[in-house]
Amino acid sequence: MGGNNSDTMSLNLKVWRQKNNKDKGSMIDYKLDGVSPDMSFLEMMDTLNNKLIKEQGDSIAFDHDCREGICGMCSMMINGQAHGPEAETTTCQLHMRKFKDGDTIVVEPWRAKAFPVLKDLMVDRGAFDNIMAAGGFVNVNTGNPQDANSILIGQENAELAMDAAACIGCGACVASCKNASAMLFVSAKISQLALLPQGEVESLARTQAMVAKMDELGFGNCTNEAECEAQCPKGIKIENIARMNREWFKGALTSRK
Amino acid sequence: MSSKGSCSLHSSIGKKQVMGVSGLLLCGFLLTHMLGNFTMFIGADAFNKYSHTLTSNPLIYLAEAGLAALFLCHIFMAIKLILENKAARPVSYHMRETSGRGSTFASSTMPYTGSIALIFLIIHILGLKFGTQYTIIINGVEMRDIYKTTIEYFRDSLHVLGYIVAVVSLGIHVSHGFWSAFQSLGFNHPKYIGKIQLLSKLFGIVVAVGFSSFPIFCYLQGGK
Repeated sequence: MGGNNSDTMSLNLKVWRQKNNKDKGSMIDYKLDGVSPDMSFLEMMDTLNNKLIKEQGDSIAFDHDCREGICGMCSMMINGQAHGPEAETTTCQLHMRKFKDGDTIVVEPWRAKAFPVLKDLMVDRGAFDNIMAAGGFVNVNTGNPQDANSILIGQENAELAMDAAACIGCGACVASCKNASAMLFVSAKISQLALLPQGEVESLARTQAMVAKMDELGFGNCTNEAECEAQCPKGIKIENIARMNREWFKGALTSRK
Repeated sequence: MSSKGSCSLHSSIGKKQVMGVSGLLLCGFLLTHMLGNFTMFIGADAFNKYSHTLTSNPLIYLAEAGLAALFLCHIFMAIKLILENKAARPVSYHMRETSGRGSTFASSTMPYTGSIALIFLIIHILGLKFGTQYTIIINGVEMRDIYKTTIEYFRDSLHVLGYIVAVVSLGIHVSHGFWSAFQSLGFNHPKYIGKIQLLSKLFGIVVAVGFSSFPIFCYLQGGK
């Protein structure tokens, strides 16, 4: 961090604290001085934790990993928006220069029945893994792979599949949806496979299985508000949800299972 | 992977699609109802004859039953979805802001505008369809003077105001609901989704303004 010390900020933070899954939890106020505008939001949280450890020995638990905006681990509701107010930005890529000295910042965990809070700002996003396990893969035979160049893929589909594959599974779509619906995530996974010849074969059965699992896990229903698209750090489009709706309908009409 | 899972109507997508199809059909009803009501601008006889033609056809009962089924289906599914969506987030946020890039006033108020429309629908049917019965003879045919009932009903400025509030709510409701139905049914492509969304907004305006014109017209007539 090559910050300019004269520009440091003082912040009032309201952070959700919850000891464990059984604890009721509450919002706790903290004051943090000396925040550099060049810090990322997570570095600011690290600074707060250093202070808390020195003072009380009880740091705030939050998920983080790559801090490069690609792993999907950081997951914070910042001032009421998933990953904060910046478009297509993960919490780790959100910089403190986007805030002002004296600001009050509210930090909460993702809220959804399917994402139970484990501790403080950490939630269990295992529900996404369960949905993936229900069908988010391509079955392949063992043996020698065929020549990759023998499978033709149109440029447009390759681009659309790649756009859908940009989903990092962070759960911001669920967090930002007023209904806690997971349809943007599920549709991105369905689309990235349905658009390519290797995944297209099983697309209808996959869609039925993944949607059924999503429903079973207690996610809400989509009301086409597109707030998920707006708050998605990777800009996944709700056009994918329409594709999933089409695939699901085709599957519902034709499935023999 | 197994495609085993949900009965179509228990699936979240199935429910969305039922909402979409029933909503689109109800939009069709709104449009025909509005076009039919425009006959009141031609005159009392035209409006009464239009009403008589509709109600004297025995198929009207079948049509009414179908319409009632559509409304019930849309309302029942809406209640189910609202309850499920509420259950999907048992602990609400301390602070929640929309980004300004996604949800709109219309999209975030669907349950409220829908409820206003439902309450209005009941009052509307009781006040007009089952309102004061007058008869009139036009070209030797005795028929209900629904024009007189309507004019009388909208002499009360509260009825006019209530009607306008309700149809504006309805306009807001369909301005999201119309395009939303297409999205739920899988119609979303960059080459036409913008046009559907524009059409949806226009439809909302047409519903709000078109239906508002009737009580205003009647109020002005009733004053004479």
